Amino acid sequence: MEAALIATPPLPSSEREKDAATTCETITLSVPDIVCGSCIRIIETALQSVRGVTAARANLALRRVTVMVRRQGDDIHPDASDLVSSLRRVGYTAAELIEGMDTAASRNRTGELIPRLGVAGFAAANIMLLSVSVWSGEVSDMDNSVRDLFHWVSALIALPAIAYAGQPFFRSALAALKAHRLNMDVPISLGVLLATGMSLFQTIRGSEQVYFDAATTLVFFLLIGRALDESMRVRARGAAENLLSLRAMTATVVSEDGTAKSLSARALTPGMRVMVAAGERIPGDGNVITGTSEIDESLITGETVPRTVAVGSHVHAGTVNGGGALLISITSSDENTLLAEIGRLMTAAEQSRGRYVRLADRAARFYAPAVHILGLLTFASWMIMGSGWELSLTHAIAVLIITCPCALALAVPAVQVAAMSRLFGRGIIVKAADGLERMSEVDCVVFDKTGTLTLAQITLIEDQSVDRAVLSRAASLAITSRHPYAQALVRSARDRHIAIEAIEDVQEVPGCGLSHVENDVEERLGSAQWVGANVDQNPEASLWYSSRDGELTGFRFIDQIRPDARETVQNLRSAGYQIELLSGDRPGAVERAASACEISQWRAALRPSEKLTRIGDLRAEGRKPLMVGDGLNDAPALAAGFASISPASAVDISQATADAVFQGDRLGSVIETMMVAQAARQMALQNFAIAIGYNLVFVPIAMLGHVTPLVAALAMSTSSIVVTANAVRLRTKKLRLKPARSAQ
Amino acid sequence: MTSLAWLMPAALTLGLMGLAGFLWALRSGQFEDLEGAGWRAIEDGEPTKTLSSQDESGDRHA
Repeated sequence: MEAALIATPPLPSSEREKDAATTCETITLSVPDIVCGSCIRIIETALQSVRGVTAARANLALRRVTVMVRRQGDDIHPDASDLVSSLRRVGYTAAELIEGMDTAASRNRTGELIPRLGVAGFAAANIMLLSVSVWSGEVSDMDNSVRDLFHWVSALIALPAIAYAGQPFFRSALAALKAHRLNMDVPISLGVLLATGMSLFQTIRGSEQVYFDAATTLVFFLLIGRALDESMRVRARGAAENLLSLRAMTATVVSEDGTAKSLSARALTPGMRVMVAAGERIPGDGNVITGTSEIDESLITGETVPRTVAVGSHVHAGTVNGGGALLISITSSDENTLLAEIGRLMTAAEQSRGRYVRLADRAARFYAPAVHILGLLTFASWMIMGSGWELSLTHAIAVLIITCPCALALAVPAVQVAAMSRLFGRGIIVKAADGLERMSEVDCVVFDKTGTLTLAQITLIEDQSVDRAVLSRAASLAITSRHPYAQALVRSARDRHIAIEAIEDVQEVPGCGLSHVENDVEERLGSAQWVGANVDQNPEASLWYSSRDGELTGFRFIDQIRPDARETVQNLRSAGYQIELLSGDRPGAVERAASACEISQWRAALRPSEKLTRIGDLRAEGRKPLMVGDGLNDAPALAAGFASISPASAVDISQATADAVFQGDRLGSVIETMMVAQAARQMALQNFAIAIGYNLVFVPIAMLGHVTPLVAALAMSTSSIVVTANAVRLRTKKLRLKPARSAQ
Repeated sequence: MTSLAWLMPAALTLGLMGLAGFLWALRSGQFEDLEGAGWRAIEDGEPTKTLSSQDESGDRHA
C-alpha cells in the first residue's frame, strides 16, 4: 500500500526535518463511490487540503484511499473521522478500513506469487526459444556441440528460476509429507525436481532428451492458477471488508466534565458513557443511565416491534434508538447473555459444519497416488525389460511430466475466478472458493424474515383505507419524530400526496408517543395505553391516534417484503428446492410474510438456538440447506448451514460468517449465486473430463517411451489453454437454475 | 555459428531487462490500481498538488 504513495509528490525534505518528533502514519479509508477519474481528483484534492495530510492516493480498483498523515507527538491531528468528514463535504461516504488478519497474510502471499510468476514466465519463454531451435535443429544440420551449448544455457536459466519460482509448491508438498498426507503439490514437486535433476544429468552427459522447458512451463502454468486463486480471494475479502467498514459506527463519548468527543465504536471500553440521539444506532452494549426510548432490535432478534427501554435497561450494540436521546454506560460484551449465547452457538456450529473437502482436493486424493503408481510402474517395467536405469528413469519422468496436473491446478481456479467476477459485477461477493462449491450442492433454502425476506423498513398496511384527513393530521404530528412507526406514517402520507402541515410545539413523550396541545385540547399519537384506546377494537394496531374530538384510529404496520421475494421463492420452489422460513419475530408477522411469499413451512418466535437446531435437523436428514439471513440471531444458523448468504445490510458477525454477501434490495441475488455456483461446478467437472481425456491419450504414449520433450511441451500447453478457455465461457454464458437433486 | 556467442547473451540480457523492469514496476506499486491509472492518464484538470512550475501547463488545459 505504501508503495502506491510514491507517485504523489513528497514533501520538501527541509519541511520534514523541521520537527524531529513528527512521524508519518498511514490511514486507509474505504470509499465505495469512487467510480471515475474525476472522483479520484475530487477526493485527493479534498484530502490534501486537510491540514496535516502529506499525501493522499485514491485506488479505483480497490475503492480505497490511502492517506499519509503527519503526527506531532501525542496530538492526533487529523484522525480518520476528520478525513471522513472532509470527504462527506465533497459528497463521498467513507469509513476507516477495518482489515482482517487473514487479508494481510493473503495479500502477502499474492505479493510473493507475482514476482515468482514473472521469473517463471521469463525462464519458460527463453528456454522455449532455445528448445525450438534444438527441435528444428534435429531436422536440419545442427551439430552436437551447438545443441549441448543450448542445453547448458537452458540449464543456466532453468536451475535458478525453478529454485526460486517453485518454492510455493515445494513448501506445500513438504508440509503435506510431514503431516503424512498427499496433496497435489507432491506429484508436482516430484515431477519438477526429477525432470530438472535428470535434465541436468543428461546435459552433463550430452544427451538429446532434456526437459528443462517442460519443467519451467509447468511451474509457470501452475503459478498462474495459484496467483488467480489468491488474487481473487484478496479482492473478494477486500470488498467484504469495505462493506463492513462502512457499517462500523462512531460513538459520541461523554467524559466526566461533560465534554463530548467522537470515537470509533471499536475504541469503546467498559465504563465509558455514550450519548445516543434519536434515530442513531447504538454503538456498544451497555446499560441506560438516563432517558427512556424505544429500541428497534430487528437486526438482533428479528422482532419488528420496538422494545421500550428505561433507566437500567440493557441495550445491545447494533440496535437503533427510535425515541428519545439515551445516555448509556458501556459494559463489556461478556456479561451480555444474548451475545454470549450466540458466541457459544457459533463455535459449536462451526465445528459441526465439519471439513468440507474441495473439489480439486477430492480429485487430488485419487490423482496423486495414481500418478506415483504410474510413474513407478513405468520405471519398473522398463527396468524389467532390461533397458537400464537411465532410460527407465527418463520414461518415468516423461510420465510424471505428462500427468502433471496442469489442467487440474489451473482449471478449477480459472473457473472460480470467472464465476466470482461474474457475481462481483452483480454486487455479490463470494468470500471463498469453497463457499462457492458448497453453494452448488444446496438442495433446500432456509430464509430468515426480518431484513432478509423483508426490507429493514416498516410500512403502514391498508393505508388506502385510512381517512385522508386523519392520516394528514397524524403524519403532521409524526414528522417531528424519528420513531420508525412515525416515519412510516409520513412516508405513507407522502405516497398518497397528502399534505403534511407544520405543527409547532409537538411534545415527544419517550416510550409513549407524541402529544400536541392547542386551545387546551390535546391530540395524541402513540401507544394504545397512552392514547387510551381499547386494544380489542383493533388488536393488531401498534400505533394509535386520538384526534381533538377524541376519535381513535389504529394504524397497523408490516415490514415491507423485498420487491422480488415472492418471485424468488416461486422460482426456487418450481426448481424443486424445499423452502423454509425461520424467524424470531411474532407468529402474526411471520405468517403474513410467509403468505405474501407463499411459503408453507414457517416457524416463528424462534430463539437463535432453535434456528440452529432446525438447520441441524435438516442436515441430519441428509439435506444441504442454504441459510439466508442477516440478523445476529441468524449467525449460528449461518455458520451451521451447508452454505450461507447474507444481505449487505446484515450485522457484521453475520456478514463475516456467511459464504457470500449480496448488495441491493433484490433477493434474486440468491438465485443468481446458486446458478453461477452450479455452472462453475459443472465447468470444473468438464475440465476434469478434459484433463482425464488428455491423460488417457498421452499417458500410454509416455509409458511406451514415445514422448519427446517436444510432445510433452505441446501436450501440456494445449491442455492448459483448452481448460482455461472453457472456464472463460462462464463469464458470458446464459444460466438456468438447476433442479434440486432430491425433489421433495 | 560464432554469431551465437554474442547473440545469445544479447537476447538473454534484453529478456532480463524486461524481467527487471516488470519486477521494478511491481515493487513500485504500478499494478496497485490498473483502473485508476487509466483515468489519471486522461484527467486534464489541475494537478492535485500544484507545484509552481506546473502552473502554466495547468492554464493551457483550462
